[in-house]
Amino acid sequence: MSNLNKEPLLHITKRKEMPFIRTWAVRIGAIIAALIVCAIVTTAMTGLNPFSVFGTMIFGAFGTERKIWILLKELAVLLSVSLALTPAFKMKFWNLGGEGQILMGAWATALCMIYMGDAIPSGLLIIVCLAAAVICGGIWALIPAFFKAKWNTNETLFTLMMNYVAIQLVAYFVIIWEVPKGSGKVGIINQSTMAGWLPYLGTNSYAIVIIFVALVTAAMYIYLKYSKHGYEISVVGESQRTAKYVGIKVDKVIMRTLLLSGAICGFTGWMMVSGIDHTITTTLAGGRGFLGIMVSWLAQFNVVAMIFASLLIVFLSQGAGEISTVFGLNQSFSDILTGIILFFIIGCEFFINYKVHIRKKSGKEEA
Amino acid sequence: MKKKVLSLVLAFMMIFAFTAVLSGCGGSEEGSGDGTYKVGFICLHDENSTYDKNFIDAANAACENLGVEAVIKTNIPEGQECYDAACELVDAGCGIIFADSFGHEDFMIQAAKENPEVQFCHSTGTKAHTEGLDNYHNAFASIYEGRYLAGVAAGMKINEMIEAGDITADKAKMGYVGAFTYAEVVSGYTSFYLGAKSVCESVTMDVTFTGSWYDEALEKEAAKKLIDGGCVLISQHADSMGAPTACEKENVPNVSYNGSTVDACPNTFIVSSRIDWTPYYEYAIKAAQGGEAIDADWVGNLSTGSVVLTDINEKAAAEGTVEAVDEAKAKLEAGELQVFDASTFTVKGETLDSYKADVDTDADFTPDTEVIEDGAFMESKFRSAPYFDLQIDGINLLDTKF
Repeated sequence: MSNLNKEPLLHITKRKEMPFIRTWAVRIGAIIAALIVCAIVTTAMTGLNPFSVFGTMIFGAFGTERKIWILLKELAVLLSVSLALTPAFKMKFWNLGGEGQILMGAWATALCMIYMGDAIPSGLLIIVCLAAAVICGGIWALIPAFFKAKWNTNETLFTLMMNYVAIQLVAYFVIIWEVPKGSGKVGIINQSTMAGWLPYLGTNSYAIVIIFVALVTAAMYIYLKYSKHGYEISVVGESQRTAKYVGIKVDKVIMRTLLLSGAICGFTGWMMVSGIDHTITTTLAGGRGFLGIMVSWLAQFNVVAMIFASLLIVFLSQGAGEISTVFGLNQSFSDILTGIILFFIIGCEFFINYKVHIRKKSGKEEA
Repeated sequence: MKKKVLSLVLAFMMIFAFTAVLSGCGGSEEGSGDGTYKVGFICLHDENSTYDKNFIDAANAACENLGVEAVIKTNIPEGQECYDAACELVDAGCGIIFADSFGHEDFMIQAAKENPEVQFCHSTGTKAHTEGLDNYHNAFASIYEGRYLAGVAAGMKINEMIEAGDITADKAKMGYVGAFTYAEVVSGYTSFYLGAKSVCESVTMDVTFTGSWYDEALEKEAAKKLIDGGCVLISQHADSMGAPTACEKENVPNVSYNGSTVDACPNTFIVSSRIDWTPYYEYAIKAAQGGEAIDADWVGNLSTGSVVLTDINEKAAAEGTVEAVDEAKAKLEAGELQVFDASTFTVKGETLDSYKADVDTDADFTPDTEVIEDGAFMESKFRSAPYFDLQIDGINLLDTKF
């Protein structure tokens, strides 16, 4: 019977607020540990000087003016997706359908650009594309939200499945739009007329996208923090029962929030087709619908923190690409380094939030 | 709480600071600055794809032969990333830049327009002859000749099966796993079929498409479907090991593509054809270095060493295959033999004396160029990428949805 009272070797308790200085110490320690592990892995596996590998990562992300613009563009796109997913996640609605919602926005934009490219002025076409993209993205998220609200279906599976529907739909249309026949590639849409393309600011094609995302970021910050809707989202996320008790229409909040979430994903798809890629493929979203989830969680739904979390992810990926070019290493090696760094950063939060107790050798009988 | 989150994220930023301090802010990695001529390469995947490996090997070989520096960017998707990569290579000081995948073309053209002082070369593309840019070029090889020779080896194997009594002449059916109904694939399977037919008159062929350039499961399934449908020999135009391994498992002979699969399939691999890009890379790099013009459309062939066959696997191939292939090869090189000789095939029962192909790429696929000359279909004459898109008799398409 006394076994029941025996203290386990390790047990974990939730910490109260850790002093500011100590949280910093843990985080800096984690980063140093991550870099040391990366250095050891690099030297052991490739024989390269780890410092020059780190240096190359930085060069890959920030080395030239063009690299910085590319970094900012990638940051803008990823941040936009993360912002889109955040309201849903904050409400504890697991929207894993970002990928599909982006694709639907992209699809709608490509559709308008292809069929209306010659018919209406470019300025108007851009607006038509945006409207179509926002509606399509919104609908793609609204469908699972509706089923969740009405019949309490599992939104995780539903949104995930909607991704595959979107991918197949795009695949179907790529075959209709492909040039030349049988190639399976749409190519740059309206390359000669640039109809439906977002304008360049000066000679820079990415600046406008970055500005748009900055505006959306500010709007989302205000929406979540100061609006009534934002408050309702928090309440529904904390407890649906409480929300019902205080008179919030939970069904309505779920559908409204997912419509917004999908619409911003659609907006992201619009930016990618109209402003960046000017083409459509089934892989256009490139996993950002899932990467955005990580950004959103890393930042714990804090909009400002999301800017930096996106920057971290984009920095790692741009830097990783440079490593494989400069050192002739396989992309997988860069993925290993990225994995190690993220592991330590996410892992250290555990030690900030929880305390690990190790059973003391002496005094166990007194208990 | 919010403050904590922010501080967490600021901590992320420490990574930059730490790595920067530790590395003394390196940064000249990309520009080695020793004055070596630099050549950029953009690849869709990395060396794990047989298709890209073929390009990467050629890139390294060509640059080593010429003593220039290769800067290779791998895993570049067919989107704006290709344009970004091309411009970054310009920034890094490359004088000439190559891309390897069909979908890179429009983005290469975009980069070429904005960087007139740098040469841009795109393998498998179709637009150089209509774009009219001085610094944008397409290249391909007469791989249909390689396919034809591989087809001869396949025909020899089928003859052996007929002679051994394994099958009757009317059951001599081959199977072909294609990616898309794209002219490059059509040209490939038709030349393969014509090669087999040149030694085995009764042969027919079933073709199925996977709708993907690389999908191991689908390709394996497609090969299995063809074998179950009575095909006694399989070939493929897709990049994975799906079809060859399915053949090895079912013990059905296989004619491969893009490189030897003999290690994985020692009992069934007969021969493989592939394009060797080294001669083109050497030609274009030398021209760019010397400031000479590069052909808008360059087509390598057997004589330039651009079209190559692997060693024939004696264990699987029929007796006399080496001799038969060598003989056909000599005739092709001497110009005595045309792969698409109009007298050797019919379309809907008729022999062709005139045909217009869609050589100039446009959205409506308008047939624009007469391609039958002197009784043969002139493949890769009017542009480097293949444009043979006829459905000839004897080849049965099981599906055309892609």
